[in-house]
Amino acid sequence: MTGPLQIGFIPLVDAAALIVAVDRGFCAAEGLDVTLVREVSWSNVRDKLNIGLFDAAHLLAPVAIASSLGLGHVKVPISAPFNLGLNGNAITVSPALHAAIMAEIDGDRFDPMATALALARVVAARRKSGAEPLTFGMTFPFSTHNYQLRFWMAAGGVDPDEDVRLVVLPPPYMVDSLASGHVDAFCVGAPWNSIAVDRGVGLILHFVSDILVRAAEKVLAVRQSWSDRNPQVVAALVRAASNAAEFIEQPQNRLEAAHILSAPERIGVDADVIQRTLDGRLKISPDGTMRESSRYLLVGREGAARPDPVQAAWLYAQMVRWGQAAFSTDALQTAMAVFRPDLYDAALGSVEKAADAPGRIGAFAGPAFAAEDIAGHLAAFKIGRRI
Amino acid sequence: MGESSPKIVIVDESPIRAAILEEGLREAGFTGVVHISEMQSLLARIYALDPDVILIDLENPSRDVLEQMFQVSRAVRRPIAMFVDQSDAASIQASVDAGVSAYIVDGLKKERIKPILDLCISRFNAFAKLQDELERTKSALEDRKVIDRAKGILMKLKGLTEDEAYVLLRSTAMREKKKIGEIAQSILTASELLK
Repeated sequence: MTGPLQIGFIPLVDAAALIVAVDRGFCAAEGLDVTLVREVSWSNVRDKLNIGLFDAAHLLAPVAIASSLGLGHVKVPISAPFNLGLNGNAITVSPALHAAIMAEIDGDRFDPMATALALARVVAARRKSGAEPLTFGMTFPFSTHNYQLRFWMAAGGVDPDEDVRLVVLPPPYMVDSLASGHVDAFCVGAPWNSIAVDRGVGLILHFVSDILVRAAEKVLAVRQSWSDRNPQVVAALVRAASNAAEFIEQPQNRLEAAHILSAPERIGVDADVIQRTLDGRLKISPDGTMRESSRYLLVGREGAARPDPVQAAWLYAQMVRWGQAAFSTDALQTAMAVFRPDLYDAALGSVEKAADAPGRIGAFAGPAFAAEDIAGHLAAFKIGRRI
Repeated sequence: MGESSPKIVIVDESPIRAAILEEGLREAGFTGVVHISEMQSLLARIYALDPDVILIDLENPSRDVLEQMFQVSRAVRRPIAMFVDQSDAASIQASVDAGVSAYIVDGLKKERIKPILDLCISRFNAFAKLQDELERTKSALEDRKVIDRAKGILMKLKGLTEDEAYVLLRSTAMREKKKIGEIAQSILTASELLK
């Protein structure tokens, strides 16, 4: 049906639908001959997709939008016909910072407003005593992790650009950096939070689902021009990924899925850690405390796989809020057009109408998100870097 | 910016490749070359050095750290990615193929970066070739060991001299259109099975 496809990915649990699609034969069943290429950086994935060395890629949703807008880099329009996951990140902090936040907290420890306000008090006390500002690691400038960290701390009154340091760290370096004190906390996807807890160097403070009920995380990205020329291939890819996502979401298949994903040339960590992630059952403290959430990582359930342009609009709004992009209606339209529910529906013969799609961000602070009035929406937030 | 030699930073965890690159750049008259091999506090070191050009190998996860430079406008001059100029697709392709990426501080003229990049691409390719040859030498050495052991087995089982054993291996390989190493390996496997 088609020539061999090269698809890039970063070894993270939210590449699950893509990896299982290839390694459990869902791609082959669609007549696709796919070679997965494991990459070491998002910059590589983006560049290789942009110049055509990859036909498709597991990509940070904000990178797909930034690339389509030409932010910070080459402008290459990207289409996302399939959402590889909702949520899935967590904020992990060092034992010392955890203790400091818990000493200041007024409220439930999983309430992000309570922890953000406590963080603000910790930050103020450090400034008063002349201590170095706290350093937070995240994965990429155009990443959900960056925006989720910023959204959370700013809600408590911490200015992410003035009061703390935010630094980019490649995910495989996160745990070591926390252990060595290079960072005090980080926001990253699975499996790295669990690995920090297992190694006894960090505690999971929040699942990002505490901060946002639904947050588009990684997408299956293709170049728009390639997608226009190869609609059948795109449809076959969407079907394969969708079948894989359905497979993963069946609890009785989790063990097998975790084994597939744990292979050294795929994610390369213990199957047990991967399964905990898929089940949303995470050890959050080295003392063995467990926390369960049905919203930790959504691979396909609750309509997670269908791209939702409102999610793209929210991500674009964060770029505007933090000075990565100037606001324009055209840019908003472009950003929203990256997410392609039409391609998803065409591939799956979905009867779901756009109006039925969840379209909900569910942030813990601020007014409900309004894609049609981003300027008005952002005006409600005190801290920001609008340009 | 003056016409003096631009300051170049090489970010590479492979000391040999970095040395090859550095030497090439110096020979070409680029004297201000600094090599960073330590990835902790990478950004702080780069800000301190304030280079015009940053070269980093594509297998280095710290490439994403460099992308943060686009976000920071204070304290440093704003760097841009090599790929920003879309007109030069061939050179982008060549550099990705070679496995090197460049970040250029805004203001450095395109004609000045071209020779630096071309040189890096050719040195990266030369290094890859070197590694390739090393791999091949290694596998040739492996073959040699396998052939010696197969000769030993033939000498013992068939009462041949070493030369005769080798001739038998070679003629069998020619008849079966296989490599001598492959025939030797199958003799080893067979003798293991028949033990």
